[in-house]
Amino acid sequence: MAKPQVAFYWCASCGGCEEAVVDLAEKVLDVVAAVDIVFWPVALDFKKADVEAMPDKSIAVAFINGAVRLSEQEEMAKLLRRKSQVVIAFGACAQLGGIPGLANLWDRASIFDWYYRGAPSVTVDGGSPPKTRIAVPEGELELPAFWDTVKCLDQVIDVDYTLPGCPPTPKILAAAVGAILEGKLPPKGAVLAGDKALCHECRLNDSKPEKLLVKDLKRITEIRLDPDTCHLAQGVLCLGPVTRGGCEALCIEGHMPCTGCFGPLDSTPDYGGKALSYLASIVDVNDEAEAKRVLEKVADPTGIVYRYSLPRSKLGRRRR
Amino acid sequence: MMQATVQEARFEPRIVAFFCNWCTYAAADLAGISRMKYAPNAKVVRVMCSGRVDPDFVLEAFRSGADGVLIGGCHPGDCHYKEGNFKAMRRFLLLREVLEDFGIEPERFRLEWISASEADKVRTAVDRMVGDVRKLGPLRWKVG
Repeated sequence: MAKPQVAFYWCASCGGCEEAVVDLAEKVLDVVAAVDIVFWPVALDFKKADVEAMPDKSIAVAFINGAVRLSEQEEMAKLLRRKSQVVIAFGACAQLGGIPGLANLWDRASIFDWYYRGAPSVTVDGGSPPKTRIAVPEGELELPAFWDTVKCLDQVIDVDYTLPGCPPTPKILAAAVGAILEGKLPPKGAVLAGDKALCHECRLNDSKPEKLLVKDLKRITEIRLDPDTCHLAQGVLCLGPVTRGGCEALCIEGHMPCTGCFGPLDSTPDYGGKALSYLASIVDVNDEAEAKRVLEKVADPTGIVYRYSLPRSKLGRRRR
Repeated sequence: MMQATVQEARFEPRIVAFFCNWCTYAAADLAGISRMKYAPNAKVVRVMCSGRVDPDFVLEAFRSGADGVLIGGCHPGDCHYKEGNFKAMRRFLLLREVLEDFGIEPERFRLEWISASEADKVRTAVDRMVGDVRKLGPLRWKVG
C-alpha cells in the first residue's frame, strides 16, 4: 500500500515550527518510514509547480504554520487546501495570528513608512518602499503583495485541526501524527492538545495559592524567583490559569512564567479579554490610585494579553 | 423617504449600557419613574453586578456595532457583593488602555458609579456620553 503523503508549509513565521519537526529527533525516522513527505520548502527541493501537478486531495495531511500576510501565502494556503484531505494549522501563528499578528496594531502604510523611510537606519534618500513589480535586465519580476491585516489560517482557508504552541511541542506533534496514522482523529475543528488549563499539569500547582490574589506585580528581573513555588504566589504574572495546557509547563520548568502561546481553552471566545479579566481580578487592590500604580507595571497590556492572538481577537486589528 | 433623510443627517450614537441590578439599574428605573428626560440612545443591559461585566462583553458590543459602552455600578464600598465594583474598576483601567491601542477613543468607554438614588446622575452620565460620542462620530467597527 502506498504511504500517505504529507506536506509542510510555512507562511509568516520565524521557522521555529519547522524546528519543532526537527525536534522530533530520532522519532522523525518513524514518521518518514510511515509517510511520504511530498512538499517541505525548508528542507526539500520541491516547487509550487510540483504541488500544482498533484491530483486534488492526493495529500493526506498538510501542516501549515505561520500567519498569512502576503498574497503569496494566501495563494499557497489555498493551493494546499485544494490538494489536501486534511489541513492542520500548525502553531500559534497559524492558529491565532501569533507574534506577526501584533502588526495589526498598525497597517501597511505605517509599517512601510517606518521601515523603509522613517527609521534612522534608512539611508536611501526618500526611502525605498517595496514594490510588487520591478524591472530587471532579465525582465519584469512580480513580488507578493503585503496586506494591511495579518490573518490566521482559518480566516483564509478551511482548517480541519489545530496544533497550538510557539512552537508545538514534539510530544503533541508525535501524538497528532500517531492519531492520523491510526485514523483516530477527533471531530473536525478540534485543537489537538486537550482542554485543560496549564496549571493542571504544572509541577508548581501544589504551591498555587487557594485564592489567587496579589498586592503587587513583580517583573521577573525584580526578584530572585524561587523555582519551586508557583510564580503567582511570588507576584509574577503567569498566564497559566487562562492558557490551554499540553506543553507540560516547559517555560515554568525554565523558570519563566507562561506567556500564553497555547492560546485559549475551548470555552474562551477571546483570549485577550480573558487574560485581561484574569489579570485585573488577581490584583487585590481596591484603592483606584494604588490599582493604577500596580497595573501600570504591566508594560504594554495589549502586547501581554494579545501576544499571540491579535488577529483571532474579536476586534481583529486596529481601527482603520 | 423624507424621514430617512432626516435621520441620516443626525448621527445617533448607539450606546450599550451595562447597569448593575442594585444601584445603577435602580437609578435608571427611578429616572424613568420620575419622568426625567434624557437621550434615548443607551440600550441598557441589566447585570447583577458591574463585576459581572466580562471584558468580552465590551469587545463583543464594539464588534457588533456599538459606538460606545457605558458601565454603571455601585459607589466604592457600596457593592452588594462587597468587591465586584472594584474588579470592574481594575478591568476598566486595563481595558480602556487596550481599546486605545485598537483606535477606540477613551470617550467611547466609560465607568460611572451611580447609586440607586442618583437618578439625575444617570441622566447626566448618559447625556454626556451621547454628546461626546456624537462629536466623535460613528465607530462602525469593521471585522476583517
